[in-house]
Amino acid sequence: MKVIKIDQKDWDEGLGKLYDEFRLFGPVKNGDIHQFQPLTKGELPDLNFSNTRLSVKSAVYPQSQVMFEYNLDEKQEGHHIMKPASFDYPARALLGVRPCDAAGFLIAKKNFDNPDYRDPYWCESYEKTTLVGLACDSPSTNCFCTSVELGPYSEQGLDVLLVAVDGGFQAKVITEKGEALVTKAGWDKNGDEKVIEHQREKAEKRVNSAIETDKLAEKSSKDLFDAPFWEDMAFACLNCGTCTYSCPTCWCFDIQDENQEDQGIRMRNWDSCMSPLFTLEGSGHNPRPLKFHRVRQRFMHKLKYYLDKYEDGIMCVGCGRCINLCPVNIDIRKISSKMNNYQP
Amino acid sequence: MLNPYEPYPVRIDEIITETEDRVLKTFKFVFLNPEDEEKFSYKAGQFAELSVTGQGEIPIGIASSPTEKGFIKFTVNKTGKVTNYLHQMKEGDIMGVRGPLGNSYPWETLEGKNVVIIGGGFAFTTLRSSIVHMLANRDKFKEIHVIYGARSPGLLLYREELMAWEAEGDIKMHITVDATDDPDWKYNVGFVPTITEEKAPPADDDTYAIVCGPPVMIRFTQPVLDNLGYAHDHIINSLEKRMKCGIGICGRCNIGDQFVCKDGPVFTLEQLNSMPGE
Repeated sequence: MKVIKIDQKDWDEGLGKLYDEFRLFGPVKNGDIHQFQPLTKGELPDLNFSNTRLSVKSAVYPQSQVMFEYNLDEKQEGHHIMKPASFDYPARALLGVRPCDAAGFLIAKKNFDNPDYRDPYWCESYEKTTLVGLACDSPSTNCFCTSVELGPYSEQGLDVLLVAVDGGFQAKVITEKGEALVTKAGWDKNGDEKVIEHQREKAEKRVNSAIETDKLAEKSSKDLFDAPFWEDMAFACLNCGTCTYSCPTCWCFDIQDENQEDQGIRMRNWDSCMSPLFTLEGSGHNPRPLKFHRVRQRFMHKLKYYLDKYEDGIMCVGCGRCINLCPVNIDIRKISSKMNNYQP
Repeated sequence: MLNPYEPYPVRIDEIITETEDRVLKTFKFVFLNPEDEEKFSYKAGQFAELSVTGQGEIPIGIASSPTEKGFIKFTVNKTGKVTNYLHQMKEGDIMGVRGPLGNSYPWETLEGKNVVIIGGGFAFTTLRSSIVHMLANRDKFKEIHVIYGARSPGLLLYREELMAWEAEGDIKMHITVDATDDPDWKYNVGFVPTITEEKAPPADDDTYAIVCGPPVMIRFTQPVLDNLGYAHDHIINSLEKRMKCGIGICGRCNIGDQFVCKDGPVFTLEQLNSMPGE
């Protein structure tokens, strides 16, 4: 790994060179919030932000995505046969990704790229993506990345990590993909790792919030599932699904066919375990008919099932979005503490 | 690249109305590309997503047996949007099948053992697959009992085959109905749990029960098997859930950290006992 220095002028110029080879995405200010958006030629990402309202996951895993196309006209060749939508995605670079969100891709990858099945839509899109991170110097009050084995300067899942300094950036070039990107941009001035380390230590101390998970692995799923606190925890929940849509690690989806006259597409859409339809069966039976069943599923998945299945921590990167955006103040940290300290 | 969401194109070769209430039809499919049949290599107890183009997909147990060649078949209950549409389709229509999916009944364990199959209602599809598979490999199994019940004679699936199996005597068939006013009915009358109590072989280390049926049947059969002394790792269940992807990725059919579509649908009762009670 090498460390480089990018002056502000070189940054602006380098991005210009990247447009030829990558579709660029970056944070753009939209009213009071920042959103990840495709950048048009000459448009610069606005890196003066805490974090984007929604995570950057949709750049790899769009909220709606065409999987297949078909035609229903029996006079046409190949009617009623599914034809996969193209996987030939253009190379993309995501600029200014916070380390928490980058780590979210590694969690989702365990699901979409597993030893038994490989989801070609997600995998091809992810492989074509270069992640240029932006270290986080002012974590918000509900950020708790340092207690999920990450941190404001975490390099996990990133190809390049930018560290904002006066007059530009110091940057760590982490992977070959990252190397290719900085070469293309012409960023080749030597940087100083000590500057990064110094800032990292300060930033990590600014993460004041934590999630308690140390005893979750030893608990039994059955005991936690049957714990008496779920109805209480879910009492205020509206099942609005904001937590699932804003989460960088939530990956659940639905598949639907949509027809327009004789043409149609089979598409997938983000789904949410907060919706009763998520599990409603044709017979009318629903294994999770009540609100608290669904809230329990969400937190058990993130904090227990995932941990048991992959033995690699919880399914959470500590970005704090679900806490910030929940209309009724449900807090994953409180729920994790309840679970962590539960004695049946 | 291999796309696990892409169905094999199939043609509906034959449609058989199975029950007198006409809500169950068996669909026999032939692969449009003959080489796909080999790729769709399955075991009894697995399921597939039937892809009705323009309507959606439904997870359905495979009713044909791997020993039957040239076609695959599925028996479908008319319930929701996709199954209602499928019931209107005609022989010759083109659609898709995606699979095989899920695990299967544990055939390596079951070989050389006594097997008692306990089924009810329309949950008899993968059990039919299993029976045909075992009959084709009859010397690999010891005694085979089949207890199968429906509400009335007209609601039994695969009636002609059931009668033929009963007549041939290679397996001990115990066909039953909840009630009937047919004076010529020569089989059992009574609920599946009652018939299980009367006819199921005694439990031992070499005897496995496969139980598949509506929740109420399972609930009342379980104590019977417990009384007979069946160990919970010798009782095998097949579960259903709402599914979409069928490959453990879309996230909805889990019980604890197990996905019914990929880690199941077949679980022993011992496994189910250790999972959250969803």
